[in-house]
Amino acid sequence: MPLEISGLVKRFGEGSEAREVVRGLDLSLRPGECFALLGPNGAGKTTTLRCALGLTAPTAGDIRLCGLPVPEQAREARMRVGVVPQLDSLDPDFTCAENLIVFAGYFGIRESEIRPRIPELLAFAGLEGKDNARIQSLSGGMKRRLTLARALVNKPELLILDEPTTGLDPQARHLIWERLRRLTAEGTTILLTTHFMDEAERLAHRLAILDAGRLLAQGSPREVIAAHIEPQVVEVFGEWTGNGQSAGPESGAAAWATRHAASFSKRCEISGETAFCYTDDAAPLLAHLAHQPGLRTLHRPANLEDVFLKLTGRELRD
Amino acid sequence: MDKPSARRGHFAPPRLSLRFAAVWRRNFLVWKKLALPSVVGNLADPVIYMLGLGYGLGMLVPQVEGVSYIAFLAGGTLCYSTMNAATFEVLYSGFSRMHVQKTWEAIMNAPIALDDIVAAELVWAASKATLAGTAILAVIAAFGFTASPLALAAIPVIFLTGLCFAALGLIMTAVAPSYDFFMYYFTLFITPMTLLSGVFFPQSQLPDAVRHIADALPLSHAVSLARPLLLGQMPQNIALHAGVLAAVTVAAFWLALALTRRRLLK
Repeated sequence: MPLEISGLVKRFGEGSEAREVVRGLDLSLRPGECFALLGPNGAGKTTTLRCALGLTAPTAGDIRLCGLPVPEQAREARMRVGVVPQLDSLDPDFTCAENLIVFAGYFGIRESEIRPRIPELLAFAGLEGKDNARIQSLSGGMKRRLTLARALVNKPELLILDEPTTGLDPQARHLIWERLRRLTAEGTTILLTTHFMDEAERLAHRLAILDAGRLLAQGSPREVIAAHIEPQVVEVFGEWTGNGQSAGPESGAAAWATRHAASFSKRCEISGETAFCYTDDAAPLLAHLAHQPGLRTLHRPANLEDVFLKLTGRELRD
Repeated sequence: MDKPSARRGHFAPPRLSLRFAAVWRRNFLVWKKLALPSVVGNLADPVIYMLGLGYGLGMLVPQVEGVSYIAFLAGGTLCYSTMNAATFEVLYSGFSRMHVQKTWEAIMNAPIALDDIVAAELVWAASKATLAGTAILAVIAAFGFTASPLALAAIPVIFLTGLCFAALGLIMTAVAPSYDFFMYYFTLFITPMTLLSGVFFPQSQLPDAVRHIADALPLSHAVSLARPLLLGQMPQNIALHAGVLAAVTVAAFWLALALTRRRLLK
């Protein structure tokens, strides 16, 4: 197994100031799959990764990385793992090729071994011919891709990526996604954290939603959606005039929702000016809305973001 | 049930391995790109001071402890510039690598432990200081301020001095919130020590009370070894002086490592 975590607890601080960031987490990755760990800021994603890599000792629980106990044999386990950290940590004093050569050195790989592989690694990162380019001359997307190439110098069994596409433009994100798919097709196991739901939905074979240090849901994207939320969503927004009935002092979708949403949908959440109505069958609701001038609607299937917001709430996490 | 490993203190003994060499090599390869300006930078300041003070003040004080002032100053200059080279490297460059560039973080994702990274910084800073010190030694010899082959024996002293001050500086790096913090270390520790350690004038000029403190400073021990060697004499109490430098190195490295573990392995 590439990674097995059971009963993981991580507490920072002591006594009354103690904060429990991870609270009893069980996770098991299957060989060759892409597993996404989703969660709002502060959910414990990065702490979980740090524990898995043996960079911080867990308060309780058992971790096996590539079959080896962590943190006891974390160093040996990391021989077989590649990491793309959240923040860029390329060596600004080196060229692209030198970054790969020096990093390979940390794995005990000699320059004569890595040098023939550099064109292939740079090509994988879409950086053909950039061997001698300085890091400062690279765009954010290029740096992230070089970091991905750097994580592959040891041909890892497991690739861990912490928010790999945060801050990248759509073109750069799509290229990273395509490369990650290629890696899983070649048999590399991938564990990534993200708070982009579309990223998880596109890439992950399985995913887990984490909040406040606990797993709230786990499974394939379809399973998680099916298990946790009604299949249909109708978003309602715009002006509501009350359709003959008095709309009262308040108007808009929220006013409509307080009167009518419960009769047509299983669940309705109001966020700002929009009412999100969740239902198994949207037809009666849409028929009703057709007679409500001023209100506009968007009917769509439920997605991972709906599940995520249902499970973790709509409040801001700063 | 908490695991014992979670409670294992940051003060556990250093776990060192030869893997530190890959990190040392990384720093060496970066240095190599800018080797010439780096050496000139390390060389210019102390040489200008040595010649300026040596010739200028030397006119007023023709003899110190039986030798010309500039010959007296040469041994002190060698030690304090070695100290400065090691200190600057672990403070400013080390902090860049640890905090700003996240180089250490990247290395820790590879199969290299933090202990090896800090050890590599220690040995690298001492290596760079040795290079700087040896260059200064060459200048001193070229000017004819030392003529004895014993001066070559000052090179291991330079390395030990580099290790000692690299280790002390790493404590600062481990606790520094920003570059500005290092100013305190220079004004409160490095500069007073330079003045008290017999670099510019003999410690016999100090009042008794101050002298006892001055004698204990690591730079004093370095000067006590290097100066006689440059003057062609065997130093006295070699074991004591070298022992103090080595002991400070070990103790300071251990503390620096504990503080760095506390900072980064949480």
